[in-house]
Amino acid sequence: MKKLLSYVTMTALAVFLMAPFVWMVLVSLQPSKAPIPTLDHLVPTQPAWSNYKLVLFDQPNLPVMRFFMNSLFVTLSVVIGQLFVSSLAAYGFARMRFAGRDLIFYVFLGSLMFSGPVTQLPVYLLVRSLGWLDTYAALIVPGVSSAFSVFLLRQAFMGIPIELDEAARIDGAGEFRIYSRIVLPLSGAALATCSAFSFFAVWTDFFWPLLSTNTSSMRTLEVGLSVFKTSYGSTNWPLEMTATVLVMIPLLVAFLFSQRYFTKGIMIGSIK
Amino acid sequence: MKKGKLGYLFIAPATIHLLVFAIFPMVFSVFLSLFRWNLLTSERTFLGLANYTYAFGDPLFWNALWNSTKYALLSVPLGMAAGLLVAILVNQKLRGVTLFRTLYYIPAISSGVAISILWIYIYMPETGLINSVLGLLHINNKTDFLKNESLAMYALVFMSIWVGLGPRMVLFLSGLIGIPQSLYEAAELDGAGKLRSFWNVTLPMLIPTTFFVMITSTIGALQVFTPVYIMTQGGPNEKTDMVGYHIYVEAWSKFLIGIASAKSFVLLAVIVLVSILQFKILKNQLEGYSTT
Repeated sequence: MKKLLSYVTMTALAVFLMAPFVWMVLVSLQPSKAPIPTLDHLVPTQPAWSNYKLVLFDQPNLPVMRFFMNSLFVTLSVVIGQLFVSSLAAYGFARMRFAGRDLIFYVFLGSLMFSGPVTQLPVYLLVRSLGWLDTYAALIVPGVSSAFSVFLLRQAFMGIPIELDEAARIDGAGEFRIYSRIVLPLSGAALATCSAFSFFAVWTDFFWPLLSTNTSSMRTLEVGLSVFKTSYGSTNWPLEMTATVLVMIPLLVAFLFSQRYFTKGIMIGSIK
Repeated sequence: MKKGKLGYLFIAPATIHLLVFAIFPMVFSVFLSLFRWNLLTSERTFLGLANYTYAFGDPLFWNALWNSTKYALLSVPLGMAAGLLVAILVNQKLRGVTLFRTLYYIPAISSGVAISILWIYIYMPETGLINSVLGLLHINNKTDFLKNESLAMYALVFMSIWVGLGPRMVLFLSGLIGIPQSLYEAAELDGAGKLRSFWNVTLPMLIPTTFFVMITSTIGALQVFTPVYIMTQGGPNEKTDMVGYHIYVEAWSKFLIGIASAKSFVLLAVIVLVSILQFKILKNQLEGYSTT
């Protein structure tokens, strides 16, 4: 009886959380420019798959394929850059000793919690004075290191027995060799977790790409979608929902592959 | 552990990046806030603290601060309660429970813009999801939730609970799994019922998790931007104009970056103060338990 009640509750909750997504898919298959259907006419009699072709390829002012490639390129660059830069720093903080180490680490932690609201304007001015506005540099460089990744990887590296380093050092290995041949290979899960977090953070970032780009050839999917909303607004829900589905698909696919690292990362993050 | 200067080399790239893209901007922001500074013309005049006095005398800024406070006071506790309840629900050994956990997480990994657009539809007056479902139940309701002055804020709060459910559930779940089973057995031996052991074992053991969820949720809630930008633009009648969006408008629509910087320092001060306060409360709570 208790079991049944649990299943009923869990299913009801799943319906509540998933209903908007189901609606999104169904409306995206209504004929272009059709009004929002009432619930009893929600399932289209003739699914308008052509909406997808229309949105992907036939919108000269809204090049969705271009947005997609921009998002992909920017996200992958940031994820790879962040893995390298942050894991190097995490190695230094977790496994080496130098004056001021802990103090510098606390500065990283502090910036993670408190720098958010006050840095956007100056970073924009900095990027503008470098002449990077509306370039990939503006979208990528500010993201290639993250205090959050440094923190997460440091926690993981500290869990690897330090004896391994010492043994390698006796065998004549240098620090970079220990980092690349011992610590990194043993931290696969933590690195995957970091990649998953930064992938979703960069892919769905809205504020920074909105500020730092202004031509449609440099927009990312997330900003492109908001432009889509202003150009179609309430006038063409089927096409707008088609665009929304297209934005969601890569996220869902990535989530299915990375979800176990996701829950892990959240747990590492919480043991401050 | 190796001593020496080599460590600096390892942390150099990340530290230089932090200096250029976080520390220097923070310092530069102080400088900005002391000037009348136009983003487009780059004209600047030194004003001293005048931007701060202006900010504190600006009723729209107070309104935004009040709205953000209201949003945080509603969305954080409600979101945490929902996350905890769902964590308890999915912390049972049931077949297929991991599938439900995965489903519940999906809103949180979705695009913020996509979610906001979907919820515009949910809240629409005629064909919106809420009113359509009410219509099926023969309740004729035509409320335009996002254009209703007294409801728009609650509409945004409700949506934030929906979006944040998954991560909060996972955090509480990890807290629940960490509670030693022996504590429950001991409570049972002492004759405690289900409710009592929840109150006297589960909740106290979850204090560190609760603190982490509370502090990160509060920081997030005080800076909310995307839903306001996409769904309400601060309206109706500035009832959902929150600090994150208010500062955005000052900087990017009115181009007043001196004032925007001053206001963002006020926001930062609020965030730091609230965090310290929450930390103090946590410390008292933990001490309360260790002495009994």
